Amino acid sequence: MTAKTQLTRRGFIGASAALTALIATGAPVLAQSADSLTIAYNIPVQSWDPTTGPAAVNPALQSIYLAVFDRFIDQAPDLSFGPGLLTEWGFNDDKTKITMTVREGVKWHNGDDFTPEDVVWSLTRAANPATGNPMQFVWSKIGNFSVEGNVITGDVFSFEPALFKWMAFLTAFVLPKKYYEEVGSDGFEKAPIGTGPYMVDAYEQGAYVRLKAFADYWGGAPEFDTVTIKFVTDAASRVAEIESGNVDVTSNMPYEEYDRLIAKDGLSGVAVPITDIGMIFLNDIDVMLDKNVRLAAHHAIDKQLIIDRLLRGYGVALSTLEVPGYAAYDDSIVVEYDPEKSKELLAASGYSTDNPVTFTIQTTRGFKPKDYEMIQAIVGMWRKVGINAEIEVYEIAKHYELRASDTLAPAAFYNWGNSIGDPSTSTGFSMFGPSPHAVWDSPDLVEKIGPLFVEPDEDKRIQGYKDVSRYIAEEGYVIPILQYVMPIVYASTVNVVPYTSGDLLPQAMTKA
Amino acid sequence: MLLKTVFVRLLTTAITLFGVAIVVFVLVRVAPGNPIAMMLPPGATEKDIAALNAVYGFDKSLAEQFIIWLGGVLHGDFGTSITLRQPVAELVLGRLPATLELSSIALLLAVALGGCVAVIGARKRGTGTEVGLDLTSGAVLSVPDFLWGLIFVLVFGVLWPVLSISGRVDPRIDIDFTTNFYIFEGLLRGRLDVVGSTLSHMLMPAMSLALPLAAMIAQLLKQNLKEALTQDYTTLARVRGFSETAVILREALRNAALPTLALVGVQFTFLIGGTVIVERLFAFEGLGNMAIDAVINRDLPLIQGIVLLFAALFTVINLLVDLSYTFLNPRLRHG
Repeated sequence: MTAKTQLTRRGFIGASAALTALIATGAPVLAQSADSLTIAYNIPVQSWDPTTGPAAVNPALQSIYLAVFDRFIDQAPDLSFGPGLLTEWGFNDDKTKITMTVREGVKWHNGDDFTPEDVVWSLTRAANPATGNPMQFVWSKIGNFSVEGNVITGDVFSFEPALFKWMAFLTAFVLPKKYYEEVGSDGFEKAPIGTGPYMVDAYEQGAYVRLKAFADYWGGAPEFDTVTIKFVTDAASRVAEIESGNVDVTSNMPYEEYDRLIAKDGLSGVAVPITDIGMIFLNDIDVMLDKNVRLAAHHAIDKQLIIDRLLRGYGVALSTLEVPGYAAYDDSIVVEYDPEKSKELLAASGYSTDNPVTFTIQTTRGFKPKDYEMIQAIVGMWRKVGINAEIEVYEIAKHYELRASDTLAPAAFYNWGNSIGDPSTSTGFSMFGPSPHAVWDSPDLVEKIGPLFVEPDEDKRIQGYKDVSRYIAEEGYVIPILQYVMPIVYASTVNVVPYTSGDLLPQAMTKA
Repeated sequence: MLLKTVFVRLLTTAITLFGVAIVVFVLVRVAPGNPIAMMLPPGATEKDIAALNAVYGFDKSLAEQFIIWLGGVLHGDFGTSITLRQPVAELVLGRLPATLELSSIALLLAVALGGCVAVIGARKRGTGTEVGLDLTSGAVLSVPDFLWGLIFVLVFGVLWPVLSISGRVDPRIDIDFTTNFYIFEGLLRGRLDVVGSTLSHMLMPAMSLALPLAAMIAQLLKQNLKEALTQDYTTLARVRGFSETAVILREALRNAALPTLALVGVQFTFLIGGTVIVERLFAFEGLGNMAIDAVINRDLPLIQGIVLLFAALFTVINLLVDLSYTFLNPRLRHG
């Protein structure tokens, strides 16, 4: 009896030791190889076709797509445009034709030559509604392509001034015609290839993607041979990953954590304003039809105080939907914080702190840094001048549904991205009534913005948007709050180049 | 008798799943949030919106959509995920092994921990040790699983980094398994690197899930053991010279375990439900993590597939628990 018990104990201890040893073999390896890089990314790749489906228009996924695929036109960290797979591009004088020169000497990851036919096929496919390209409305404006050498010409069916900016934006990736037709969409999802600096070496859906440097990349092979991108959606886990040394780079953590992490030995950080803004959409219904109420609501918000107190100074206060660096940014348009003016405006419409104007403001909670807290602060500021707003929390999907059906509350907080910095994709589509994303639909704005969508004179177009921005600020049709700042933390052994577009590109990372 | 029970339960399972299918289908469509609205480009016209609706089949009536979907389900086709662009059946079955392995390891840990604490508590009944164990169990039970997860991440991921924080396996390991059961197949193939890495990644999420259940098991089993230890057959065992520990393990445990088994069965389904949050925290690529992404993106076919699979799992687990209870309990077996 005793002997048997001892044996069991011994066996138990032995089994425990074996299990511990087994787990120890799988314990995290803190030191990374000099040629490898591990990034904890906040969103998983959903699909490997960067031109179709919801993933194609998800700005957060573009960094990973840009590691594997190339766009027609390249974009620098400061939002400026440069040669990509196209080396030259442009409209003819009367804007009825486009010409594109295709880069030579480019290889696909499978060794095939990249050809102008790949570009034509990609553009034609993108314009076909059946493929489900969400930006089909842009690509369908051109067609009838012909190829001569490495020069492509095409007809312009409908002039789009920002067409070539779109070629550096969502869904503007070139896919391999021959390979795609051989393997089909399912085969491409399983084994995607591009012309980008990295090849997909291993991919575990929802978990990670392991990339290998593409030695024949036309822009020169990237510095790290292997890049592993782990999809860690929870911010606390990303913080733990970088703090423990398991990953070399991560981003989008709370600003408190950012400040704490960069103060630690072995970690560095960079936080730059990106092309993403927080704004309060105003709907042209109920009390918002009163200009005094709209302007009072805007003047009552101390945006800098919100940025300083809630976001630890990480943010840029805005008066328009254009931010510094955008083509139509005009720093002379300023909507001052002036609570006394708010009170006067409200008094002119018969409202006061004793008789407040009331409406609902919708907001997300936890989608953007301190979104709910910001709205709480704003509601507090409003209350002091005579605005009594009730907060309603909604989910991202509900926001989109309400926005598309034009049934948002009188005020609704959300964000707006514009990585190409063109005014048509910020002020234009967000304030142009017929757009499914516009909330303020008054005919005066439709009249002012409509012609700018087809204005061929670029200077005139940009000035037109500046004028519209001033008009919007004077009328109080929207309340821009701030430009977001993206925090990136990285090991001191790595150099990271921040992109104003918010991209976090492994090919732009080097050894320190 | 047993066969009849199985037949009746299978029939009710099928009816339950059909009901779940209807409820899920209707609910996900009437719930706020339209997947098409989320992918609309800024310049989309009514025609563009109609075209996108047609691509995803949302241009048809609800009844038509349901009939098409149900017809597909009956043929094993659960549709195609809107966001992941792959067949739903392939996706959910691909993720199921990860969740099943995590839940099973968590269950094993819970039973082992809870069982040990219960036996020690029963052995030390009436002493300060029992009070201490009761207090500890109560404290453990009051902390939700995701909070345990955060505590583990801090302790074993950051302060003493011995366990992997996120993922299911080290991305540097090449895995060309036939199934996604990494532990099971890894053991069969002798790939101890995969097994070790999987366990290293799984230990924290599994412990997070296991601790509250372990506390529950400890409390219930200890109570049942204490009752059993007052019965005549345990007194007889003592008279025969068995040590108190042997009485507990050899005589009392068998009878006391039966009510605990029922609890474990019911709680196992809750434990699987709990994987949703815990998998998210640890970036563990199971069904729960996928479910959250599907809900955020309003990926209706994927939500339907996951919920239906969860429902099937729950009903099957309940069925197995009922059957095992029937089998183990002589009164029910011969009743």
